[in-house]
Amino acid sequence: MGLIEAIILAVLAASTPLLLAATGELVTERSGVLNLGVEGMMIVGAACGFGGAWLSGSIIIGALCGIAAGVLMSLIFALMTLGLAVNQVATGLALTILGIGLSGLIGARFVGEKISPAPRLAIPGLTDIPMIGRILFGEDAFVYLSLALVIGVWFFLYKTRPGLILRAAGDNHASAHALGYPVLRIRLYAVMFGGACAGLAGAYLPLAYTPFFIPGMTAGRGWIALALVVFASWLPGRLVIGAYLFGAVTILQLHAQGWGVGVPSQLMSALPYLATVIVLVLISRARTGGSTAPAALGTVFVPDR
Amino acid sequence: MPDSTPAAPHTGDTPLLQTIGLTKRYGSFLANEAIDIDIWPQQIHALLGENGAGKSTLVKTIYGLIQPSEGEMRWQGEKMVLSGPSEARGRGIGMVFQHFSLFDNLTVAENVALGLDGRESFKDMSARLEEVSRLYGLPLDPKREVWQLSVGERQRIEIVRALMQNPKFLILDEPTAVLTPQEADQLFTVLDRLKAEGRAILYISHKLEEVKRLCDTATILRGGRKVSTCNPKAETAASLARMMVGGEIKQVKAAANRQTTVPRLVVNDLNLEPDDPHGVRLQHISFELRGGEILGIAGVAGNGQDELFAALSGERPAQDPGTIVIDGQAAGHLSITQRRKLGAAFVPEERLGHGTAPRMRLSENALLTGHAASGMVQHGFVNTAATLKTVDRATEAFDVRKAKRDPEAASLSGGNLQKFIVGREILRSPGVLVVSQPTWGVDAGAAAVIRQALLDLAASGAAVLVTSQDLDELAEITDRIAVMFHGHLSAPMLTGEASREKLGLLMGGSTLDQKDVAHAVGA
Repeated sequence: MGLIEAIILAVLAASTPLLLAATGELVTERSGVLNLGVEGMMIVGAACGFGGAWLSGSIIIGALCGIAAGVLMSLIFALMTLGLAVNQVATGLALTILGIGLSGLIGARFVGEKISPAPRLAIPGLTDIPMIGRILFGEDAFVYLSLALVIGVWFFLYKTRPGLILRAAGDNHASAHALGYPVLRIRLYAVMFGGACAGLAGAYLPLAYTPFFIPGMTAGRGWIALALVVFASWLPGRLVIGAYLFGAVTILQLHAQGWGVGVPSQLMSALPYLATVIVLVLISRARTGGSTAPAALGTVFVPDR
Repeated sequence: MPDSTPAAPHTGDTPLLQTIGLTKRYGSFLANEAIDIDIWPQQIHALLGENGAGKSTLVKTIYGLIQPSEGEMRWQGEKMVLSGPSEARGRGIGMVFQHFSLFDNLTVAENVALGLDGRESFKDMSARLEEVSRLYGLPLDPKREVWQLSVGERQRIEIVRALMQNPKFLILDEPTAVLTPQEADQLFTVLDRLKAEGRAILYISHKLEEVKRLCDTATILRGGRKVSTCNPKAETAASLARMMVGGEIKQVKAAANRQTTVPRLVVNDLNLEPDDPHGVRLQHISFELRGGEILGIAGVAGNGQDELFAALSGERPAQDPGTIVIDGQAAGHLSITQRRKLGAAFVPEERLGHGTAPRMRLSENALLTGHAASGMVQHGFVNTAATLKTVDRATEAFDVRKAKRDPEAASLSGGNLQKFIVGREILRSPGVLVVSQPTWGVDAGAAAVIRQALLDLAASGAAVLVTSQDLDELAEITDRIAVMFHGHLSAPMLTGEASREKLGLLMGGSTLDQKDVAHAVGA
């Protein structure tokens, strides 16, 4: 296996959890809800996902446990922000803190345990094609799932009526309400979808990326996912570019450190974050006319009846 | 309560819609109290009342957005309980909202689709959209996003969306507030046609002449109660206004011998590129405004009025200082605060978000424009007493009605907030006042107060520039009128010589013969 092939494989693996979590958050934000608790939902998803897989011996059950945990976390958020109309930013931050604590508690008994990671696809003939075989046909199921999810979300948002209604709720909740759409219920579903995706993204880490659980193993990926949604200006297609760009810089700087490039390692480690910030600035500078952000993003809605 | 004039005759013996004792209570506040209305097919029924009279609550109830506390509605003689707007739409009730219920970042077709119940495919719907908009002479481009469209076009979307449901009964909430005379005439043609097709229309408006011309029946609300049902054609605008207000409305009066003095605001060949690709480029704008004079700028919204306001206020400074001269000082390059220090004051069109910060108190909002020159800031500290005093003075001078001494801006009704904003600026005794849409969506009483204040300010020697889409308003208070079209400003003409037809042509982009304007230039 060549070095380039290895790097690309590593990039795909590093990018997948970002893409999963960001896709969920994109749908949530498109409905007008800003859930800053992605990191918290991810880490609980990681703990529960690993626990489920270790106890049952099944990666699929593990993944389902991760999804369920993410949804449960998002329901706490929904109860606060949609039910009680509490400030979304504060609630999201609290959710992250809660998630980090909760995952430590849940995951304590699994620390040091090991599972066999999610198997990689192997199609005789195709997977053996030199260079591209492993990259296109030799990934774990999550990689394909994440790409299918992005396409599905794109199709949902732009080609279906429920998707249109969801975007409408995020653009102007007062108008959506005036036309008779159940804004809060739409947002509840969107928040739950975001939770499911974050939970799955978290579970990906101990199920496929590294086959064990350590506390805090999401290491800020939830925050990067949030930034990616902005980076992508809430468009699913750009999310893929953003996630893979971030993953690529992460992996390349590791290799660069290995090659002994004469730059302090701290600076190298900061590169992915720097790259994200720079691209964000460039994109927001180039933006003209019409808001790209959902206009009602982060605002609390209380219907009057 | 006795009807003042008998309502117009109607066909059939069952009203299309009947409300019986309809009441809506919010805590101890009665928004609607025992309202009875009969809506007949093939009639345009006006609903009149001041801001806060309960008109919006009533139509929202009929549209299923609000559940009544008491009373019932009957649809074609049968009791009707609505769980929500989609049920109302299902029965054949359509609504065109005052504050448009549109989605800025979605396309025209998507906006229309959201107002329908989604039983047809998007493609069929788009085809029908083009058909309906052509049939009624309401042209629309289904693929454009709403934020790019003018106010008139936005309203067209709302109307077409309602028409596509093929409603038996259509509610329009202040549809002409933002339209040009020609656009309004087009709308009336559409409404007459809908009436001839046998539909019923409930029409909310502040423009009484329009109601007299268009409507067959009028129901007047005051303080949440019905005070009268009458035939508007048999009433005068003054008698309708009396019923709405429950007393006389003060007539706006200009000072008899107003003197114009030296030029106080001069604009010389102002050119400005828009800051977004869909904005309007200001081209060769020049005018001279003297002390004691009110200059009106008419025009369809979106022809550069916003850009001109931004250039005059300093929100977008010009490159060349000499393009804008305030009281003899080149000010084109100055910031808004520096211009305020020269004695200029600005009232933008949008009350919430531009004119005031909605979630801040009135005193804080007073500080936001008064900090430059009103002694509200001393040694870097806010003088709270001074800001509160400004609120009290504005409240007293302009009859601002509010629940507390210093509430949040957003809690005031539109008319009262506008009175506060205009008062806040006028109390600073500005030498130059630039005001945009001073009485948009404001009831007759408040509008009269504001217009009188502008006249009084001019009489005291200030120069006043008023941008408005309400030609009646401009005719009432201005000395000269110019028209804005595609970023160009026509030569100002004397208000007495500016007929509606002439203005309408200029607003539509025609140019007048030179002889029409030549003798007005030197005025």
